[in-house]
Amino acid sequence: MELVLVILIDGLVYGLLLFMLSSGLTLIFSMMGVLNFAHASFYMLGAYFAYQISRYMGFWPGLILAPIIVGLAGAAIERFGLRKVHQYGHVPELIFTFGLALLIEEIVQFFWGKNQVPYDAPEVLQFALFSIGTNEIQAYKVFMIAISVLIFLCLLYVLTKTRVGMIIQAALSYPRTVEALGHNVPFIFMGVFGVGTALAGLAGVIAGPQLGTFPGMAFLLGSIVFVTIVIGGLGSLWGALVASLLIGWMTTFAASYNIAMADILMAVGFEMPEDMSEHALRDIWSLTLPQIGPILPYLLMVVILVFRPYGLFGKRDA
Amino acid sequence: MIKKTKFGVATALAVSLGASVAFADTVKIAFVDPLSGPFSPTGTNGYAEFQYAAEKLVNDQGGVLEGDMFEIVGFDNKMSPKESLIQVQVAIDQGIRYIAQGNSSGIAHAITDAVNKHNRRNPDDRVLFLNYAAVDPALTNDACNFWHFRFDANADIKMDALTDVMAKDEDLKKVYVIGQDYSFGKSVAAAAVRNLGEKRADVEIVGNELHPIGKVKDFTPYARKIVSSGADAVITGNWGADMVGLGKAIIDAGFDGPIYTYYAASNGITRTFGEQGTGHIYLVSEGAVNPPASDRTAAYVEGFEAKYPDHDITQPRIANTIEMLAKAINEAGTATDVVKVAQALEGMEHDSIWGGKLFMRPDDHQIIQNVDIQEHTSEGLQFYMDASEWGMKLVSEVEMAGMDSPTTCKMKRP
Amino acid sequence: MTDTTSIMTKKRSYGGLSTGTVAPWVICTAILLVLPYVFQSNSALTIMNQMAITIVFALAYNMLLGQGGMLSFGHAVYMGMGGFMCMHVMNWVEYQNIPLPLPLLPVVGGLFGMGMATIIGSFSTRTAGTVFAMISLGIGELIAASSVIVVAFFGGEEGVSGDRTYGLPVFGYEFLTKIEVYYLTAGWLVLSALLMYLFSRTPVGRMANAVRDNPERAQFLGYSARWVRFYSFCASGFFAGVAGGLFAINFEILTEENLNLVTSGSILLITFLGGVGFFFGPIIGAIVFTLLQSVLSLQTELWQLYVGALFVLTVMYFPGGLAGVIMMHVAPYKLGKLGTLVVPYFKTVLPAAIGILGLASFCEIMFHFKHAAVGENDMSLFGIEFSTHSPLPWIVIVGVTLVCFWIAKRNSAELRETWGNANVLSSPKEGGAQ
Repeated sequence: MELVLVILIDGLVYGLLLFMLSSGLTLIFSMMGVLNFAHASFYMLGAYFAYQISRYMGFWPGLILAPIIVGLAGAAIERFGLRKVHQYGHVPELIFTFGLALLIEEIVQFFWGKNQVPYDAPEVLQFALFSIGTNEIQAYKVFMIAISVLIFLCLLYVLTKTRVGMIIQAALSYPRTVEALGHNVPFIFMGVFGVGTALAGLAGVIAGPQLGTFPGMAFLLGSIVFVTIVIGGLGSLWGALVASLLIGWMTTFAASYNIAMADILMAVGFEMPEDMSEHALRDIWSLTLPQIGPILPYLLMVVILVFRPYGLFGKRDA
Repeated sequence: MIKKTKFGVATALAVSLGASVAFADTVKIAFVDPLSGPFSPTGTNGYAEFQYAAEKLVNDQGGVLEGDMFEIVGFDNKMSPKESLIQVQVAIDQGIRYIAQGNSSGIAHAITDAVNKHNRRNPDDRVLFLNYAAVDPALTNDACNFWHFRFDANADIKMDALTDVMAKDEDLKKVYVIGQDYSFGKSVAAAAVRNLGEKRADVEIVGNELHPIGKVKDFTPYARKIVSSGADAVITGNWGADMVGLGKAIIDAGFDGPIYTYYAASNGITRTFGEQGTGHIYLVSEGAVNPPASDRTAAYVEGFEAKYPDHDITQPRIANTIEMLAKAINEAGTATDVVKVAQALEGMEHDSIWGGKLFMRPDDHQIIQNVDIQEHTSEGLQFYMDASEWGMKLVSEVEMAGMDSPTTCKMKRP
Repeated sequence: MTDTTSIMTKKRSYGGLSTGTVAPWVICTAILLVLPYVFQSNSALTIMNQMAITIVFALAYNMLLGQGGMLSFGHAVYMGMGGFMCMHVMNWVEYQNIPLPLPLLPVVGGLFGMGMATIIGSFSTRTAGTVFAMISLGIGELIAASSVIVVAFFGGEEGVSGDRTYGLPVFGYEFLTKIEVYYLTAGWLVLSALLMYLFSRTPVGRMANAVRDNPERAQFLGYSARWVRFYSFCASGFFAGVAGGLFAINFEILTEENLNLVTSGSILLITFLGGVGFFFGPIIGAIVFTLLQSVLSLQTELWQLYVGALFVLTVMYFPGGLAGVIMMHVAPYKLGKLGTLVVPYFKTVLPAAIGILGLASFCEIMFHFKHAAVGENDMSLFGIEFSTHSPLPWIVIVGVTLVCFWIAKRNSAELRETWGNANVLSSPKEGGAQ
């Protein structure tokens, strides 16, 4: 029981982190139709910028400054790169972000080297806030939860209560109509792209100390973010939240429980082969849940797309 | 259509590389490892160590034979088996006779297989494969061949040495084994269970599991399980980001025992663990430099740190590789007839620059050497890692580890 | 891009066997036959074989992307699975003495790749667009991940290896040497390229284009968009499998690398770099990319930086890919005005090229300055030796780069004007690209 509680907390941390990435991506995608492959690269940039700032000014200025810099960089890339490509269609846009992801990874390696950098949580948060059984919960984790929830509430407020939010929501569903109503859609695009990448940058700032700051961090998280928004339904903020938490808890639970395939197969009525060493299905028999935990979201995505192409909360196909 | 015009121009470029013939007065060694991409830190570090070893241990001593110099030529394999085979072919065409590779046993399998085939099909330009770090036991057992020499202790030998040391700890009751889900992770786990079972039947293995390699974003759940299991010690073969992620998560979750590792040092890992790792991180390796075995060792390391401030001596065996190859070439009296060089290497005994003896076992071409257990610390160090305040210090040493370890190798000799 | 495509199709759609359609094939085959006499070293042969395999794979991929408008993030699966099957068959042939000549092995890979495509295509091709793309990503990741888990079939991290020479000799050839393998690969390259070209001429291939451009309209005409996509998908899976079989013969090993997302992603980039709008686009992309990967990486550790920059710039300025750049010149050529472009090109493209080289040199110097060993200040670029710690080379390179870019920029107006003139004048019957 204790372990379940701990897993719920750990899963929440990971899920909310995913949400910060996927909320920006889903906004960008549903509005501009761009599958932004470089989204996780902005997450990486956030972590590296914050690391650089933290070396001179400490952690807290980095928490504010790094996402802003990332957001500005994102807006600039939209303005001078993506907008140019936009006229050619969606596939070139995708290739552009693909190339951008490669480029950002190389640039990061060029300036910060290829090794993991020592980007750490601030000293004030480096203690165990409480323990459940033998498991300590670090204060920094609670801080991560707090920041993510705060961001979610802000987003929700902006999108539902402000005029800008209304326009964005309208543009999510009917981009053409919004343009026809005289709104400067390219400017909104740039703004949304900037805010989306800033969110990714913020996720990087707070995740860097926890999950490590190294050049491969973008690739590691890259495709799972797509999986999240597709499961949640493109363009749905609530969908992104639900899918993020679902994936967070699913992978955490899968990693925590050693459910073995052999037990399941035997329970179903198969007989365990005596000599396993040369059996053709030996790998299936020895399979355990933690081995496949990180690929479960992909399985879930394929199943959902086959039966419900719009995702859990989506209303329209892209 | 102008379909293929580019083809010609392009391959002209490709061939210009292959065309240059090896100079008579240099012995070239192809270094085939990742020099770009996510795995390049270990690759570029090893490249620097090879260059330094060739310069200090061979060229500054007057070279081999009659003044022939060693030259290390870097080939970027991008951690891809396919690219490795292409680059090995390019190296062979340049007249290179010695292929050095170490990162990833999977690639080592591909290369040893390709070298074996190449030597059978092209008896006129045979090559040797100097494996300096790929530790899958199979390479010197079922998959062994005459052209492959391993200068690192294999995973089984390292585990044998590690469990020798662990077995002396009377308080050790429960051990957790965790690793990456691939051949190396599996062989570490199997060797840990086997060895602990033989040496300390009373020690309970409270967990033995594999996680997908390079796919886990958050190691916390694994760490929770380890803490909940009440383990006194953790054994892992993880490397790179998987090592840091796992180690940090375990320590963060409140674990206070030792974590025995294969690869938790340098390349940013030592610096990232920092203070947190003290008293937790242990490493099984060879050639500990704190304290240095001799003045010669100290001078060698000092020289390296001065020349490559960004790098560390992470793979001391590279110096052994170069010294033993030079010795073998001198004994064989030729650098081009690799059969003679291989025969000289077989059964060679050598005094390592790191102290202790080296012995290239002729049955399976597995080197036998002292294996050290080192701890991550900031105290009592002469040499630091990652330009930080931390480094690895010798805790205990197993002499000539794995001397009598069995092998299933049945080698076909030319 | 679409403009040029339609011109291309219009030109080709006269059908029949004209010299215009046969000549390129004959010339290419002749070049393939002669190449090994020009480049004799084994490494050149290895790289050419690798090119040929990538070409077949890229062409197969373009059956989806270019001709069918389907974006796949997991196409390595079909090549990889075909290759793994071939590897197993190669080993079975060795142990069981089955009379299967080696040159026919790619057919096995093709059939297996097609089988996989049939299974997966049965549910993934129901819709195009993002859903198809994401399903392909999911399947790709699932199969790549299971390749490490299911050791019995995929061999885990070491992969599956075999020996091509243990099969039955075919007309006395044992495929011991690289040159024999080269001709085998080249033969399959021509054969599969021809078949893929012919497929694009069949009604199914034509309908794939229609479904790509306007699925509703195609449906109204009575064609099921889904079945058209499904057929293209299966055919693409077949040729990807053939590429996998060729890979098995060449490298005699298949590993997880052949299935993973990096391979899937790079074939997308290769195809796009070459140009998806033209049949021969992926061929150029495969050649250029293989050279960058295997040859440029020998010269510089920064090669991935340049490759990334190349993709971003290509997509920004030449969305038609390299083939698009070549085909842009068809209209001026037909108008007989190609000659007028030579001088402006010389005045703009040459300085721009030098400028780009200068920029790259700057990166190289900076990289060397940052990462080279202490005391090793000398580096050589383009055969010139200099010290990175003296200011002179920095000044020279920055100066040359800036001057060249300035010249290029100044002359670009002239080029644009000439380009416009070269494309319009006289006969109005040819519209011209752009």
